Amino acid sequence: MTFMKRNTAPLIVLLLLIAFPWIVQDSYYQHLMILVLMWVAIGSGWNLISGYTGQVLFGAAAFFGMGAYTAALLLNKLDISAWWGLPLGAVLSVALAFPFGWISFRLRGPYFALVTLALNEIMRHVATIWESLTEGMVGLLVMQTFVSKVPYYYIALALAVLSIVGVDLVMRSRWGYYFVSIREDQDAAESMGINTVRYKMVSLCLSALLIGLAGALYTNYMGFIDPKVVFSLHDISIMAILVGIVGGVATVYGPAVGAFIMVAVQEIFRSAGFGLFPYLSKATGWAWMATVTKYVSEAHVLSFGLLVVIVILYLPNGVTGDWSNLTRRLLFRKRETA
Amino acid sequence: MEVFLQTLVAGILKGGLYALIGIGMTLIMGVMGIINLAHGQMMMVAMYVTYVFFHYMGLDPYITLLISMPALFLLGVLIQKFLLNPLMKVESILPENQVLMTVGIGMVLTEVARFIFTSNYLSVKTSYSTAAWHWGGISFSVALCIAFVFACLLTVILFWFLIKTDLGRSIRAVSQDGEAAQLMGINSERIKVITMGIGAGLVAAAGTLLLPIYYLFPDIGGPFTRRAFIITILGGLGSTVGAILGGVSLGLAEAFGSTYVGMEYEDLIGMMIFVLVLLFLPGGFKRLTKV
Repeated sequence: MTFMKRNTAPLIVLLLLIAFPWIVQDSYYQHLMILVLMWVAIGSGWNLISGYTGQVLFGAAAFFGMGAYTAALLLNKLDISAWWGLPLGAVLSVALAFPFGWISFRLRGPYFALVTLALNEIMRHVATIWESLTEGMVGLLVMQTFVSKVPYYYIALALAVLSIVGVDLVMRSRWGYYFVSIREDQDAAESMGINTVRYKMVSLCLSALLIGLAGALYTNYMGFIDPKVVFSLHDISIMAILVGIVGGVATVYGPAVGAFIMVAVQEIFRSAGFGLFPYLSKATGWAWMATVTKYVSEAHVLSFGLLVVIVILYLPNGVTGDWSNLTRRLLFRKRETA
Repeated sequence: MEVFLQTLVAGILKGGLYALIGIGMTLIMGVMGIINLAHGQMMMVAMYVTYVFFHYMGLDPYITLLISMPALFLLGVLIQKFLLNPLMKVESILPENQVLMTVGIGMVLTEVARFIFTSNYLSVKTSYSTAAWHWGGISFSVALCIAFVFACLLTVILFWFLIKTDLGRSIRAVSQDGEAAQLMGINSERIKVITMGIGAGLVAAAGTLLLPIYYLFPDIGGPFTRRAFIITILGGLGSTVGAILGGVSLGLAEAFGSTYVGMEYEDLIGMMIFVLVLLFLPGGFKRLTKV
């Protein structure tokens, strides 16, 4: 009973999400929701290592691309269904995270962030240069299994639920307290007898697992990958950070909120306000409207950059973390204008 | 042998410019304790400033140094004053939000440049861009040599500034111990603002000097930011002498790598050095001299 009471809102959201494909038949919105759910998994993974454990990961794309390439290479080189990439991609992401963590966890704070950035770049260069394996910039093609988006939707939903429940469970366990203590004061944690390197490693491996799963799902769903897409610094690594901080660092549901907001922002710019701007320019026939449309559709990276700046300055703990603060401010403003 | 010497010369000359980039980064690193991941993007802005003055007013890039350096100094000051200093007062769970902020700034700078100048490649073609001196079968690019001399000159001036002037001493004091410096009556916020300006000015010089022999497009910032942090890690954090050594070694490594291994490995080599240094020489060259 207490379980139901405590989790009423998330359970309602979950029911809505399960019913979503029947309510909205439009495949475009289904596609967007699949992306949102995929980002929930990546954001949760990022949140575990960066938000809870305090080791900021700038290279989520390294693990994402690892999962994505595993799935694609299974099909292209070994002729095994790319769906096996989900378990195997996750395993290989962890296999990448392990030596990487072993090398880089002796570094702290911003230096760790730099190494993860370097890992991202190294992985991208390797995927580009090693043409005999990865086809380089040509990319790899995977035939989609289903024509309809609904099966993908439920797989992505399962992944998102798994990641949120998983993170919640981990953070309730003994490990969770270790993680937070490492974030708050690593030396103090060490002196209390916590093996900080081991638990940072556990945290990183769990993150890599979730992000790698999302990468493998991406390959299966999108059907095409190349190094520029899956190892992208802006579109994957920075996006993962944004999903984390917009939603709320170190909150269980933060990445879910963040994923929804960020995919919406990305899509608003990419499609120029869901087609609103092109429609307006056609309807009104104003020449400057067309220019605005062009600029808006080009501005999605700019919007990311501005969002980073604004969110860090004014909403450092995200929508979930600063919720009370946010509502108070908005309500206050309303009262002022009335 | 000739190929070897030629590569050596090219590497050292390029290394001089890299040193200039690295010194700015390491100064910021030392005083603020943050890694400025918008460093290459600031350089990109300086290159566009140079390009605009060359293209529309026909100013020689070396004269433009007098414009691009103050302009970027101002940009650095504004960024530090209005974006980074206020962050000290923001309470956040995430400890690295200043580094993240610089990433955001870098993205904004790149995209604004793309809005104004589009993604097309631009270049500044001067009479000396392709000229070279020959000496014993080895060619010295005129523009690179001039850039190298300028880089050395600026470094010397910077050292004089840091060692002899009052402001320079304050910068070094904040870099060594911010709190103690504040107790001694140094306005550390102001010092941070000035340091960011100087760092930006130095990288602006590097960009302007590089432009006659390089090309320019909005995404050029990323690779140079990467080089800057490799140099900083290589030289030892916060060490100006280390940054010079790091810059020259990176220049050499890239030159030899692209000659003997292959052009496409140029970027990868820097990254490998970065990881190797972290593995076997954490602390960089600075540590070699101290221990």
